[in-house]
Amino acid sequence: MSTSSLQENRRRSRSSGVSAAAPPLGAGPSTAGGDRSGRVFNVVSWIVLVVSAVLWLIPSLWAVKTSLTPNSTSALGTGPILRDWRLTFESYATLLRGGDLWNWYLASAVTSVVSVLLTVVLGSMAAYALSRLQFRGRKLVFLLILGGIMIPPQVLIVPIFQELDVVGLLNTYWAVILPQVPAVIVVFVFKQFFDGLPKDFEEAARIDGAGFWTTYRLVVMPLSKPVIGAMSIITFVGVWNNLILPLFVLSNPKLITIPVGLATVQGSFGQRLSDIQASSILGALPLVILFLLFQRRIVEGVAGSGLKG
Amino acid sequence: MTAPTLASPRAATSTSAGPPPRRSSQARSAWLFVAPFGLFYLLFLVWPVAYMFITSLFDTSLVRPGFGDFVGLANYREMLTKPEFWSALWHTVQFTLYTVPPLVVLAFVFAVLANQVGRGEWLFRLAFFVPFILPSAAIALIWSFIYTPSTGLWNSLQAALGVESPSPVLGTPDLAMIGIAITTVWWTIGFNFILYLAGLQDIPREVYEAASVDGASRWQQIRSITIPMLSRTTTLVVLLQIIASLKIFDQVYLMTGGGPGISTQVLLGLVTTTAFTDYRVGAASAASVLLFLVILLVTLVRQVVERFQQRKDVTS
Repeated sequence: MSTSSLQENRRRSRSSGVSAAAPPLGAGPSTAGGDRSGRVFNVVSWIVLVVSAVLWLIPSLWAVKTSLTPNSTSALGTGPILRDWRLTFESYATLLRGGDLWNWYLASAVTSVVSVLLTVVLGSMAAYALSRLQFRGRKLVFLLILGGIMIPPQVLIVPIFQELDVVGLLNTYWAVILPQVPAVIVVFVFKQFFDGLPKDFEEAARIDGAGFWTTYRLVVMPLSKPVIGAMSIITFVGVWNNLILPLFVLSNPKLITIPVGLATVQGSFGQRLSDIQASSILGALPLVILFLLFQRRIVEGVAGSGLKG
Repeated sequence: MTAPTLASPRAATSTSAGPPPRRSSQARSAWLFVAPFGLFYLLFLVWPVAYMFITSLFDTSLVRPGFGDFVGLANYREMLTKPEFWSALWHTVQFTLYTVPPLVVLAFVFAVLANQVGRGEWLFRLAFFVPFILPSAAIALIWSFIYTPSTGLWNSLQAALGVESPSPVLGTPDLAMIGIAITTVWWTIGFNFILYLAGLQDIPREVYEAASVDGASRWQQIRSITIPMLSRTTTLVVLLQIIASLKIFDQVYLMTGGGPGISTQVLLGLVTTTAFTDYRVGAASAASVLLFLVILLVTLVRQVVERFQQRKDVTS
C-alpha cells in the first residue's frame, strides 16, 4: 500500500467535504447521487464507529479521571470515583515533586534520542551504499540484512544480557542503546527510498568532484527528510516503549526508563491508586504529545515499515 | 508486503551514481559506509543468535563464566518433556488465538467504516491509534486498575448489570488470559487499523462508481470489491499479527506475572524466568530456540504467501 496515495486521497476527501449541504462524502464506496440505502448505510456506519470510538476512549478517560481524584476517594472504588468531582492535581504534584519520575524521563529521553541518532545515521549510510555503490558482495550483504527482519529481538534477551555483562556495560544507558541500533527495517526503508530518488543531483555533485561521503551528507540526506522524520519517530517510539531490554539490563533505580519505572509502581504505591493512574498518564504523555505534533509522520512510518511489536 | 513505500514510486534499479571511475575505490567507500551498521548487526543480532544456538547445547549458567559443559540435546529433551514448557507454549498459542481474530476483524470493520463515512477521521485515529504508540507499562497500569477485584470498573459494571459477586478477571485462572487479550486488542488495534486504511485508499474510486451505476448496494460493494481487493493487506495483517502475538511478554509480565499459578505463563516469560531466576542459560536458550523456530516458520509462510501473491498479480 502506498502511503503517499493515502495522503492524496485524504486531501481529496477533505476538499470534497467543503460542499457543506452534501451528505457525508465517503472517500470509498460511491454514493452515486444519494440513493436512500446508501444514506442509511452511511448513518449506520457513522453510529457504529462513533460508539466504538467512545468505547475505545473509556479506559484512557477513566485513568485521567482517577488521576484527578484524591487517593482517598480512589481507594473506595468505582462508585465513589464517579461521584467525586472535586478534581485535584495532587497526584501529579506528588509525582513531579519526587525525583524518581524525573530520573525515568531522563533515562528514556537519553536512550531514545541517542538510539535514534545512531540508528538513523548508520542505517541510512548502509542503505546508501546498498542503493548506490557497486561492490562485490552487495547482494549478499543486502540478503543478510534482510534476513535480520526475521529475527525477533525479544528472543535474544538472554544472549544480549550476557554479552553486555562480559563487557561491563550492564547498568549503563549504553546497555539500552547499543542493542537497539541494528534496526534492519530502517536500512530497508531507506534503501527503498534511495532507489526511487532521481540520481541527477548526485551525478552533478560527483562531476563537481564530490566524494561519496559528501554526496551522501550534502545531497542525498537533505532530500530524504520525510523518511528521516518517519524513521526517527518510529525508532524513538520503539526505544521509548521497550520494556524487556531495560527491564533486565538495568537494575540501578536511578537509571531505569519509564516503562521499567512504571512496572515498579503498582508494587510500591500500594493503595495510592490515583498516583498510580497519574504515573501512567505521565509516562504516556510524551508520546501523546509526539503524536499530536507529528501525526502524519507517525502514521506514515507505521504503515510504511509494517513495524509491529 | 513489508515493502515500505514511503518513497516516491520505485525507479528502475540501476545502482551507480555517476560514471563509475575506479571500482576498487568505490568498493572501499561502500564497505566504509556499511561497516558501522554491520558491526552493530554482527554484535547484537548475528552473535546473539549464534550464542543462543550454541548455549542451548551446553549447561551454561548465569553465575558461572564460560559455556559450561557440553550436554548435547539434553536441554531440548528437558524442555520437550517438561509440563511447564508445554503449558507456556499452549498459553502463547491461546493468547494468539484470542487476539488475532478480533484484531484483524475489528480493525477491518473500523477501517472500512471510517473510510466509508469519510469524516471525523481525527477522532477515530485518536481513539483507535493512539493507544498503540503508548508504553505497554502505562497500558497495563490502566487495565489492571479497571480489572481491580470487586471495586474496579469492570467488576462494578458487571455488578450493576446484575452479576452476583463477579470474579476478579486477573485472579481467576480461566479469565486471566482473556483479560490480557482484551487489553491487547484495545492497545494494538491501531496498527492494523492504519494498515487497512492505507490499503483501502489504494482501491480506485472508479471501481465503486461502476458498481454503483450497475446498482450494487453498499453491502454488495464491500463484499465483492473491498474484501477481495484487500486480500493482500489481510494476509500481511494476519501474519504480522500472529508473529507479534507469539512474542507476547510485556502484558503478562506486567499484569499477572504469569499467574495465577502458571495459568498465563507464556514462552518468553518461561525463557526469562529460566535464565534470570533459575540462572539456567542453557535451558533458557533451548526454549528460546524453540520459540524462535516457531516464529521463523510463520515468517517463512509469510514470505511464501507474498511471493505467491506477487506472481499471481503479475500473471493476472
